[in-house]
Formats: sequence, structure tokens, C-alpha cells
Amino acid sequence: MLSVFAQADIPDIQWLPLIPHLVMAGAAVVLLTVVSLAGNRLPGWFASAWTVAAGLGVLATAIPVWLRVDQEGPSSTIAGSIGVDQFSVFIIVVLACTVILTALVADGFLHRESLDAPAFYVLLMLSAAGGITMASANNLIVLFLGLEILSLAVYVLVAMHLRRAESQEAGIKYFVLGAFASAFLLYGIALVYGATGSLNLIDIEGILRGDELGDNGLLLAGMAMLLVGFGFKVAAVPFHAWTPDVYQGAPSPVVSYMAAGVKAAGFAALLRVFFAGFGPVADDWQPVIFGLAIASLAVGSMLAIVQNDVKRILAYSSISHAGFILVGVQAATDDGVASVLFYLAAYAAMAIGSFAVVTVVSGPGDEGTGLDSLRGLATRRPLLAAGFTVLLLSQAGIPFTAGFWAKFEVITAAVDARSFWLAVIAMLAAVVAAFLYLRIVVAMFLDAPDPDAPRLRIPRGPALAITIVVLFTLAFGIYPEPLLNLANDAFLLITFTAPH
Amino acid sequence: MVTASWYLILAAGLFTIGAVGLLVRRNPLIMFMCVELMLNAVNLTFITFGRELGDIGGQVSVFFVLVVAAAEVVVGLAIVVAINRRRPQATADDLSALRG
Repeated sequence: MLSVFAQADIPDIQWLPLIPHLVMAGAAVVLLTVVSLAGNRLPGWFASAWTVAAGLGVLATAIPVWLRVDQEGPSSTIAGSIGVDQFSVFIIVVLACTVILTALVADGFLHRESLDAPAFYVLLMLSAAGGITMASANNLIVLFLGLEILSLAVYVLVAMHLRRAESQEAGIKYFVLGAFASAFLLYGIALVYGATGSLNLIDIEGILRGDELGDNGLLLAGMAMLLVGFGFKVAAVPFHAWTPDVYQGAPSPVVSYMAAGVKAAGFAALLRVFFAGFGPVADDWQPVIFGLAIASLAVGSMLAIVQNDVKRILAYSSISHAGFILVGVQAATDDGVASVLFYLAAYAAMAIGSFAVVTVVSGPGDEGTGLDSLRGLATRRPLLAAGFTVLLLSQAGIPFTAGFWAKFEVITAAVDARSFWLAVIAMLAAVVAAFLYLRIVVAMFLDAPDPDAPRLRIPRGPALAITIVVLFTLAFGIYPEPLLNLANDAFLLITFTAPH
Repeated sequence: MVTASWYLILAAGLFTIGAVGLLVRRNPLIMFMCVELMLNAVNLTFITFGRELGDIGGQVSVFFVLVVAAAEVVVGLAIVVAINRRRPQATADDLSALRG
């Protein structure tokens, strides 16, 4: 028996690229332990401050990884199951910033709703740790584990408002549909494994490059099932049905994490699997992404117009943003990858800021999320209304905001890849979507406020978070080069080369 | 002679039963059972391919899937318990506050 262990090869492990993973997951475990031992003796701000510190720690440890990959080129570690490349570092940075900002937004919210604060932060960090694993996984089973760590924590977060029936309803809906989608994803992994004989994305790419497996039924079915699973996570039509209900029912800070973090991790995994793994058979999956993108753009922009709840409007707008990001994915070029990364970073800022405003405005019980709760916000809280306006204009893609460059980049990538129709439809969808954002702005500025409305309290955490994202949106709207350059440098482990 | 394709067809059948069951049944517990059926169908697929390919990876994957399935049920049952405390005997049709 002992000899079996003696023979086992311990794979070579580079520790430096794994430190961001370990910091995020370790911070969650330490917080859980400290809170359960020290209990009530800790000050109320401890858990959120700890989470912000953990996020900053991940940012600090991601920098040396980026610099090292810059010098030595991308590689993989733990027997090729974790990819060490700038693509994953970029997503890790986006996720860490999402965690920091969500912790700030949640700070006032959890006190107001008297929810179990430490559990929220522990689950938030565990979920982000899963997202980091997903973004850097170079092995399909590791990717699945990351996805499940991410999702299981979010299921609990969505259902955690125990006094709101809507929160639990949203939790069970998200759980059942999420488990359904995970099973599809996993079946897809099994079929790809059967077709190629490997779970490692580099090996899969090599096999697909060498062989003519392009019309292999197992491989095609596997790729389709993987797309179902990813489509669910990133809320692409026709796998979007859960999005409005879950966004409306879940606690507002959780939604800001879902819109920014879960979408970023989902798209990162999708890009990695389809660009790095299935790159040689891009002709097979590009048309499917094309269809998903058009459906998401159309459904997201059209159905948002008829909603009367701000969270539902933002949910449909997140579906239409998923459509725009898919436009960049469909291009299947290196420029496409860069445009998707830029879009994810810009959208994370806009989404967190928007849902932070909703968190503040919704008031006790997280109830006031109707469009009328925003009426006259400009007279009640002029600065908050101004900040929200900047974020909404950025979502609409108005020049001098980061959202404009995000849309510009994905559409440019689509045009360069000669997907002219997709580019035209994306521009039309942007025009239609602009209307729904203006509807919110009109409610804030032109409608008279409800005279009986109580005075709106803005806690320090959300105020800081909204300030940061508004400054981010304006700064990279006016001068996008630094972020664009980073996104352009963020290559995948395997440099993608289209087969045409 | 039972060949690998028989197992694959069985697994595909089980997966379909699970998927259809999840969409058709309204009791949350039965829906969880359907998810389990889908995951176990995937396990059978993994084992079959692992044996056909002579690769240990397929069998190792099954262990990970088992762990994930167990964790998933824990979270799902916790949510069902929370809902049942509030309103006993709820089915998926009773949960309809969110629509629009």
C-alpha cells in the first residue's frame, strides 16, 4: 500500500500564481473561524473591513504574477490544470475589485436589514475564490469545480434574506435552474472527454488541431451542452429566464456581485474553453454564438422597456450586455478577447454602481425597487442622482464614459472579423437600450418627488463604492488607453489563431 | 456482448429522464432527485469513456462529481427547509411572487 503512494508523482507546483487563489479562499476560512470563536466581541465593521483587506491582498499578490508572466511568458501549473497567463490575472483583478466594492455596498445594507453579516462576507469571498479558479482553470474538471464553488455560495447569498419571501423564491429558482445548467455543462465535459480523450484544454487543442474531429457528433454535442451551461451563468438568451426573477428577489448587494462577478467569471471560463480549447474548430461554434448574441441583444433591450421595477430593468439590461459581450466572443480573434475583457471590467463598474444606488434607494426591507421609488431623486439627493445618471449613460454607451469604449471595442472586433450583420444589430440594440436608461433618468430628474418620502440615508460604504465606480467610469471614458492596453496584453495561455 | 455504446445510451436515457423530470415535476424534492439522476448519468458516461480510453481521468472525475452533488443537495435542502418553515407544503407553483 505504501509503495503505491511512494510511486505517485507529485506534480511540480509554481506557488506564486496560486497565491491570489489562496488569499481569497484563506481569508474566507479565517473570517469564518474568527467569527465563530470571537462571536459578538468583534466590532460591527470587522467583517466588511476584513473582506476589503482580503480583496486588496488579492490585488497586491496579482501584480507580481502579471509581471512574471510578462517576462517569462504564459505557462501552466499543477500538472497543467491551472493556466498562468495574463488573461486570468485580468479576471482575478476584476473579481477582487468586485468583492471590495460589494463589501462596501453591503456594509450599510446588512445593518439596515439586520442580517447575519459575517456569513455574507464569507460566502462572498468563497464565491470569488471559485470564480478565480474558473477563470484560470486549464482543465475541464477544475473549471467545473470552480463553477460549483462560485455557484453554491451564490445560491445561499440569493436566499439569505430570511424575512423576505421573494428572496427565498429567487433562491430556489436560481438553485434549481443552476443545478440543471451545471448538469448540462458536466455532461458536455464528459462528451468532450469521450471525443478527445483528454480533460486538459491544451491537449484538447492539440488533438483538435491535428485531427479532423470537426464533424464528430460527440464533440459537437459536448460543445453544445457546454454552451448551455455557460449561457445560463452569463444570462444569455434563451437561458436567461431566471435573471429578472432572481435579480428582483435577491438582496440588492448580492445582485451587484452576481451582475459583475458571476458574469465576469462565466465569460472568462467560456472564453478559455472555446478559444483555448476549441479554437481549431471555431467554425463549428461561431454560428451558435452569433445566434445567442442576436437573441440576447434583442430580448434584453426589448423586454426591459416594459418593466416597471428598477431591478428587473437592470436585469434585462444585463442580458443585453451579455449580448454585446457575445458579439466580442463571436469575433473569435485576439482583438475579440481584449474587447471582451475591457467590456467585463467596464460593465462590472457600471453594474455594481447601479445596484448600489438601488440598495440605498430601496429602503428598509429592500422593498422600494419600483421605478416610482426613484421619482424626484434629483431633488432629494442630487449627487446620488448625478452619479446614477453617469452610470446609466455609461450602460447606454454615451461617449466620454467607459461604456462607450466597451461597446466601440466589441463592435470594432465584430467588424474586423467581417461579422457586419452582428455589428449592425448590436448598434440598433444600443439605440433601443438607450431608451430604457433614459426612462430611469427622466424619472429621477423630471418627475416630482413623493412629498411623504422619508429622508434618504446614504451610508458611508455605498457612498464610497458609488464614488469609486463613477470616477472609474469617467476616467476610462475620457482616457481609456491604460485599461485598453492591459486588456490587449492579457493573452490566453494558447495564443488564439483562427483557422481561416 | 455488452459494448460501451450500450452504457452511453443508458446514460443518455437517464440524463433525459432527469432533465424532463426536472421540468415536469413541481415538488422541489423530486426536482432535486432529478438533478441527482442527471449527475449520475454523467458519472456513468465518465466511467464508460475512462474505461474505453484506458485513462484514469474519467474515474477520478466521478469522485469530484460525487462531492459536488452532495454539496449541491445540502444547499438545496437548506433553501427548501427555509421555505417550508415559512409556508409548509409549498410546491414550485406556489412560489410565484416574482413575475413581470
